[in-house]
Amino acid sequence: MAVDKNLPILIIDDYKTMLRIIRNLLKQLSFNNIDEATDGSMALAKMKDKKYGLVISDWNMQPMTGLELLREVRADGDLKDTPFIMVTAESKTENVIAAKEAGVNNYIVKPFNAETLKAKIQSVLGPF
Amino acid sequence: MTTQSSSQGKATEVALEKRLASLSKERGDKVELGEVGHIVSSLLDTLHGDLTPQDLRVYSELEALARYIYRAKQEISEIHPEDISQEHIPKASVELDAIGNHLENATGNILDATEIIETVGEELTGDHADRINDAVTQIYEACNFQDLSGQRITKIIQTLHNIEGRIDQLLQAFGHTVNADPGKPPPAREDTRTGDEKLLNGPATPGNANSQDDIDALLASFD
Repeated sequence: MAVDKNLPILIIDDYKTMLRIIRNLLKQLSFNNIDEATDGSMALAKMKDKKYGLVISDWNMQPMTGLELLREVRADGDLKDTPFIMVTAESKTENVIAAKEAGVNNYIVKPFNAETLKAKIQSVLGPF
Repeated sequence: MTTQSSSQGKATEVALEKRLASLSKERGDKVELGEVGHIVSSLLDTLHGDLTPQDLRVYSELEALARYIYRAKQEISEIHPEDISQEHIPKASVELDAIGNHLENATGNILDATEIIETVGEELTGDHADRINDAVTQIYEACNFQDLSGQRITKIIQTLHNIEGRIDQLLQAFGHTVNADPGKPPPAREDTRTGDEKLLNGPATPGNANSQDDIDALLASFD
């Protein structure tokens, strides 16, 4: 089944520039239903208000990190199946393992390119 | 060792212990590093009469230690280490913050312009449209640098604050008149963080980071 390009996507990063870059790259992939949050707790509040088809989150944020957000999402009966991609500069093996153990669907290391973003979204949502 | 030199050694030892007890009572068990020289000199005054070769060796070592501490204190005083924590590091932190703000503003301006180009590109068709779109994508990708630079600047500011703390400790140890071995940096502080906190390190230095391919392989190993 083709991926619905109106799928609501939540992007989370404490750097506004990064939000803008990801939003623009997603727009180039024809995704236009995009919301933003600047940390995990704001994202969680948004997720409780609206159902998202994909979450793309940074890791290193305050007060709630991306990893903490991921754990909250996976522990919530209503949110637990939300596809979750981590986009982060944290590239250590133990980080990837911790994210995987917490239930991440894919992991993108910064700096990344449009092709990588597209490939990881496709691996989670299916081809488009 | 003869009986005579043995009894002299014992006498010296007793005298040293007495002097140590007296100094301990006078100055407490904990002394500033800067006071060590005076204490060593005071202890050396205790040594008199016929000294054994062992006493002389100790005497010589203590004297060298006192000289070393005195010299190091003088040298470090001359470089005004209090300026490092009170002036240089705060100034460097402010400058780094300013760099971060400049980077953010500049990247914002680049993105503003790129978004305009992208909008204009959408009105084009064919090869021109594709070329504009590819160039715009490359600019977006390149703007990743702002996030990573910002995180690196934050790490540098944290490091500066750590250095500031170590210098303050050093100043306290020397009674605010300072010293250290200038050729030997203090040992790296052990990372005592645990749990999730230990996973927050920001971008790694080139060569120490996992690439996207490494991470893909790692993730695939879970399947």
